[in-house]
Formats: sequence, structure tokens, C-alpha cells
Amino acid sequence: MSFAGWPARALPADAPNPWFSWHYIQQNADQILTYLQFHFVTTIEAVAAAMIVAIPLAVLCYWVKPLAAPILALSGVLYTIPSLALFAFLAPFVGVGVTTILIGLVLYALLLMIQNTLTGLRQVPEEVRDAARGMGYGRVGMLWHVELPLALPGIVTGIRLATVSTVALLTVGVIVGQGGLGQLIFSGLHTNLNKAAILTGTVLCVALGLALDLVIAGIGRLVTPWARRRVAS
Amino acid sequence: MNFIHAAILWLNDPLNWTNPNGILDDLREHLVITALSLLVASAIALPIGIWFGHSGRGGGVTVAFSNMTRAIPTYALLAVIYVAGITGIGAESAVPALAIFGIPPILANAYTGIRQVDPEVRDAARGMGMSGLQMLGRVELPLAVPYIAAGIRTAAVQIVATATLAALVAGGGLGDIIYAGFGLTIAVGGGQILAGGILVALLALLVNGVLGIVVYYVTPKPLRAQRRSRRRARRLAAEAA
Repeated sequence: MSFAGWPARALPADAPNPWFSWHYIQQNADQILTYLQFHFVTTIEAVAAAMIVAIPLAVLCYWVKPLAAPILALSGVLYTIPSLALFAFLAPFVGVGVTTILIGLVLYALLLMIQNTLTGLRQVPEEVRDAARGMGYGRVGMLWHVELPLALPGIVTGIRLATVSTVALLTVGVIVGQGGLGQLIFSGLHTNLNKAAILTGTVLCVALGLALDLVIAGIGRLVTPWARRRVAS
Repeated sequence: MNFIHAAILWLNDPLNWTNPNGILDDLREHLVITALSLLVASAIALPIGIWFGHSGRGGGVTVAFSNMTRAIPTYALLAVIYVAGITGIGAESAVPALAIFGIPPILANAYTGIRQVDPEVRDAARGMGMSGLQMLGRVELPLAVPYIAAGIRTAAVQIVATATLAALVAGGGLGDIIYAGFGLTIAVGGGQILAGGILVALLALLVNGVLGIVVYYVTPKPLRAQRRSRRRARRLAAEAA
């Protein structure tokens, strides 16, 4: 990648530079698909890793009430730190690679997931918990069989929000050359302001985010059939 | 490998602060872009949000807009607006994109702030013979101040954070330090990258903290007390249970 300064606006006056070009897409199909695949895989990895960290943390907040405030505050502070700064903290120590991006993305996804999972858990009605206790469920059994399933809508909301923002945030990875579809935008900016490259990257990115959102929402509906029935009745 | 040391050295060099395009210039530019974007976002979102809240319509539009902007990468929108050439070619070309990302929190909070006013209070105002506009000005708006202020704070923090990305597109702001550092490769620019990260993160946290205090003080006293007593009531209820 080139860091030869910022792109100049000057273009040959007669050079065609359309916003959308089949020619561009055909010429660069392989590269576009590679970036799309990287974007998809990295997003899934980041969200999966964030889930593995966030859901236990949310349960911890739920069980040990005094821990909720500091954990939420800490993830809130992390969330306030601009993405570029976070990558700047990580890059000197972790290097220029996917790992830096993944760590950053996971840290950002944490807050959204912890918050929503916790909200989901706290929404479990006290009577339900009483009934479960009466049926002889212990703390872990109740969590696994009663509370987590009932918190699923909140958990799914958290995953959806985290996924959509991860897809968008990944483009900032261009700073270490790992921006997925963001690389299309980057190369567009740095090769004569190629509008077709920039718009292709942008549209694919938004489409990927919305598509993943729909898929996760669909999975969420499948795993919470009772929520649908309640709406239907 | 001692990047922390290099970062401290870099921050300690007075020339890095006072040079043309040094930290102070970048900071000034960063704050100007942020302020302009926040102004534009507020000018658009506040009237619409207040009107939506007052009329009770537009809740769906508010949610849809905020979902849509979440899916658009800031970097992409910055690039598109820059290349479209609607605005200048300098750092100010970031203003429209940043303003768009500042709109959802202001809009949503203004809407919620007006909507959450107790219907009984509204009834009372109407019973006193207030017109719709009078009710908005004397009852709904004052009660919505904490929400509106919180929305502007969220937007400001978000804009000050994303303004860093302006450096990736047209240059400008504190992001320049990080971007230029990466241009030197990590081995050479690692300290500068880290220093830039520290400055940017500090600025974001500082803006967040300062505006938190501002929100507290612009909240009318009775509402502040109410919130505190509500918290106390909740704590008492929790202890009783």
C-alpha cells in the first residue's frame, strides 16, 4: 500500500470516472471476491470470539451484581476510544496483521453484547425464576435451562448490533492493510479517485452488513419459537 | 521494541507540538471539524426530533435511520463524499459525513425526551389552556432537556472519535499523526503511532467526561433530584426485596 500522502483531486478533464462500472467489476472480480470473503470470515471470527467472552461476562454481571457497574464502565470506556486509536495501540505490539484488527473488533463488540445479554437476563420474570427454583433447579441449571433461553431475544439483538457495526468498522483496517472491502475504497482513493472502486466497496459493505443482520435475525426467530407464538396469538 | 518509550519521547519533543501541522494544529483542526459537524447535525436533528416527539409521529423513521447509518462504514461515506466533491478538498470535506453519523443519537434522544413526558402533565397543560406550541415550549422541552443534552453528548463523542478517520481520506485532525506514523512503518513510526493513539483516545475520553458534567448542570435541578431519588427508591426497593 502507498502512503504517498493524500489523494489529489486533479483528474484529466476527459478521463471517464463513472460511479458504477461493470467493466471495473469484471476486471477486478477476483480481487473483489477475495476481499468480500475476507470481510465475511473476519466478521464471523470477531463476532464469535466476542460472544465467547461477552456472554460469560454478562452472566458474571448478572450473578455478582457489584461487578456489573465496573465491567460495563470499562467496556464503555473501550467503546469510547476511536477505532483508529485502538488499532494504533495494538499495531506496535501485535504487528500489522489480521490479529490486530480482530482484537480491536472483539473489544468493540463486547459492550454491545454484554449490555444486551444482561438486559435479556434481567428481563426474566421473577415468577419464572421462582417456579424454576421450586422445581429444584440450581443456579447453573436455572441459567442454562431457564434464564439463558429466555434471554435469547436480548442476546440475538446484541449479536445483530455487534455484527453490523463490526462489518462497518472492519474497513478501518485499511490502516494496517487489512480492511477487507475497505481496501477497495482505499485503492479507489489512491488510484486517481476511482469512483467505481469506492462505490463498489461501499455498496458491498452495506449489503454484507444487512445480509448478515437478516440471517442472524432469522436464526433468532428459529431458536425462539415461543416469542413468535406469543406475537401470533 | 520499546514503543512506549518512543511514544513518550515523541510527545516530549516541543517541536512535535508547535510545528506547522504539529499536534496543536491538528488538535485545532480536529476540534473545528467536530464543532462544525455537531452544529450541522444538531441543526438538522433537533427540530425534526422535537417535532416528531411533539406530534407522536416518526418513531419508525427515527429507528430506521439510525439502523441504516449503523450499516454504513464511516470510512466509506467519508470517501464517497470526498470524491463526489460536494465540499472542499481539505479537512472540512469530512463535515457532511460526520454530521450524518451525529444525527441518529440527537434525533432519537430528542424524540424520546419529548415522548416520555407524562401524559397527565400534558393533559394538565392543555387544561390550563396552553396551545400546542406553548405546551412544547413551556412543558415538553424543559422536561426533555436531560434527554436532548444526553443525545448531543453522545453525538459529540461519536463525532470527535470518528473525526480521526478524516485523516484516512483527505487529511486533517489528530488522525494525521497516526496515519503518518503508519506511513513511516511500525519499526520507525511505532512511537508516533502510539503517541497519536494516546492523544486521540484522551481527547475522546475528555470530551465524554466534560460533556457529562455539562449535561448534569444543564439538567434543571428538580429533574436532577428526581433522578437521584428514583435511584434511591430503587436501591431501597432492592434492599427490601
